[in-house]
Amino acid sequence: MSAQAKPRISMKAVLLSLLVLLANIAVHGSIFLFFRDSTLNPLLTAVFAVLWGVVGVYLIYYTFNWAVEQYPEQVRRKVLPFIFVGPATLVLGWLLILPALRTLYLSFFNASSDKFVGLANYAAIFTDRLLATALRNNLLWVFVGTLACVSLGLLIAILADRSSYERIAKSIIFMPMAISFVAAGVIWKFVYYYQPGDEQIGILNAIVTFFGGEPQAWTSMLQPWNNFFLIIILIWMQTGFAMVIFSAAIKGVPEDILEAARVDGAGEVKIFFGIMIPYISSTILTVTTTIIVFTLKIFDVVMVMTGGQYDTEVVATQFYRQFFMYRNFGYGSTLAIVLLIAVLPVIIINLRQFRKQGGF
Amino acid sequence: MVGRKKRKGNKTVVNIVLGIICFIWLLPTLGLFISSFRPAADILQTGWWKVFPHQEWKAGESLQLSKEVDLREPIEVNGKTYTDDQLKAGVTEGDHRLVWENRRARTVNVQERGWEVKPDFTLDNYKNVLSGKEYKLKLGDGSETVQKGTGLSQAFWNTLTIAVPATIIPVLIASFAAYAFAWLRFPGRKTLFVIIIAMLVIPIQVALIPILKDYTALGLNGSYLGIWLAHTAFGLPLVTYFMYNFISQLPKDLFESAFIDGASHFTIFSRLILPLSVPALASIAIFQFLWVWNDYLVSLIFIGNQPNVQVMSMKIADLVGSRGNDWHLLTSAAFISMLMPLTIFFLLQKYFVKGLMGGSVKG
Repeated sequence: MSAQAKPRISMKAVLLSLLVLLANIAVHGSIFLFFRDSTLNPLLTAVFAVLWGVVGVYLIYYTFNWAVEQYPEQVRRKVLPFIFVGPATLVLGWLLILPALRTLYLSFFNASSDKFVGLANYAAIFTDRLLATALRNNLLWVFVGTLACVSLGLLIAILADRSSYERIAKSIIFMPMAISFVAAGVIWKFVYYYQPGDEQIGILNAIVTFFGGEPQAWTSMLQPWNNFFLIIILIWMQTGFAMVIFSAAIKGVPEDILEAARVDGAGEVKIFFGIMIPYISSTILTVTTTIIVFTLKIFDVVMVMTGGQYDTEVVATQFYRQFFMYRNFGYGSTLAIVLLIAVLPVIIINLRQFRKQGGF
Repeated sequence: MVGRKKRKGNKTVVNIVLGIICFIWLLPTLGLFISSFRPAADILQTGWWKVFPHQEWKAGESLQLSKEVDLREPIEVNGKTYTDDQLKAGVTEGDHRLVWENRRARTVNVQERGWEVKPDFTLDNYKNVLSGKEYKLKLGDGSETVQKGTGLSQAFWNTLTIAVPATIIPVLIASFAAYAFAWLRFPGRKTLFVIIIAMLVIPIQVALIPILKDYTALGLNGSYLGIWLAHTAFGLPLVTYFMYNFISQLPKDLFESAFIDGASHFTIFSRLILPLSVPALASIAIFQFLWVWNDYLVSLIFIGNQPNVQVMSMKIADLVGSRGNDWHLLTSAAFISMLMPLTIFFLLQKYFVKGLMGGSVKG
């Protein structure tokens, strides 16, 4: 009884755990320095780096767990959870939460972040023509892109559900998800390619000339419609995502409800709008939020296709430009915060949805 | 059953519509794929679809016009008259086409329509992109040196070195955290978890500037560790959320008995939870891997322009910028960069799809 009342923490345990902490820092620190200054063969570096990255993390947990096990049960039970969630919290805190707060702070300062300017940056964003164009384009991306992805995804999911080659069709539509935006940029640059003269090597212009039209420089000269040609790339890439999830949701609609409706003489269109859509409404909401969040952050497509020229700038590319080319930390931070404000409602909806699903 | 039969009538229409959509979806990639095997000159001269059999005008016999013909007047060929402009562009006459062969020599070519295929394929584009093109430089003293441009192979290894740990580290960290959130009780558990969930939708742009400052101060810029950590942080919320959904669903009595047997949480996690979570781990790992492999913005910012650590997406973006018209290099480079994700996609499609749905389809 008396042994359980107060756990005795031995000096040895304290020393050992301190040692483990220091050893971890020393070992990983020196490996890091070794790689930074190494001139090894790239293949060898790759192998060692991967080994370090993979084994190293596990070893951190392992050694800390070992250190905690030197302590009595009561202490162990209190400390262990923090060893489990500690790394996640540290990484997120250092690289996501803290930076967000620091960016907010910087957004109230001038270009070189040495003078407090209040809300001047925010005012500038909505009046500066370039920045306003970026905001306008982002809205365009969010509305057109999301609407098209969601409705096309739903349409294809339903068509595939009734077709005889569902799996192949779904693979084809879904495939662009695996392609990087940069590669997709190359693919679509080639589709939209324009060369003055009669032989067109870009397929879109070839089709246009085949039907007797004039070839166009789709992504540059056709302002502001060029934005739509960039958005098509997003639609091409993201519709597959919406489709896969809708497809799963549609298969979850109980067959007997559909049968009952059919017996009552409801047409397919009526069944679709009257039964399917309401039934999968929460899925539609999740997919829509995901795609909205995604489109708000769109960067790579614009960067690769036009570099933000010809009035195709979006917030993320403007952010990059302000920060890295104009060295305007104030504008850069403000643009990031505006993005954050734009997704705030989405965060709230997501959290609410999460609570409804019974998580916590 | 009645319903299924009733719908059979529409099935042809459904199949056709879906077929057209699939064709449109596939077309851009197909074009890239075919072009990447065509000789550089061919790509610039003819569309990639010309590799398929198609009808084209082919040179036939040539007609010699007499020297007296005035080229400014209507020109008589075979009893019909044409203008000079018409002959320049080519005029169709029945199943033939007349076009100047050599205006000065006054020869007109009678072309015939016929099937043609352009089957020239080459692997040179890939060779050039992978190993770097060789340039011959003449030095001031007349001697020649051969310099090799940088290829994609270095970038390929860099991408792999970044992507593998940047996949495993967050998945491991997130699994530990998810286990604690699901099965351990500790103060601040709920708050911490809700914060992590909220992080799901935070745009990473918000974090880039301060991280870059810290990295510069710590010497982490352009290092593997730095970029692993960045990808870990940006992927962690989703992976934690996903792993929590899975781990919290595991039956409790499964590890209660292990606990009674004296196993520690760490042992239970490594010996029991991790092996049981393999399907979930695989699906979310594929997702994270593709995300890191395809990433451009994060690498662009934290790697900068140090050529020895550049990743493939940066190389290709550079190619697009600097050699916008070198389609033979662009198409093959893009295809090489797609090879890994596409292979993973087709091999592990089932898991990948599951990974997507895990976080999205519920309720």
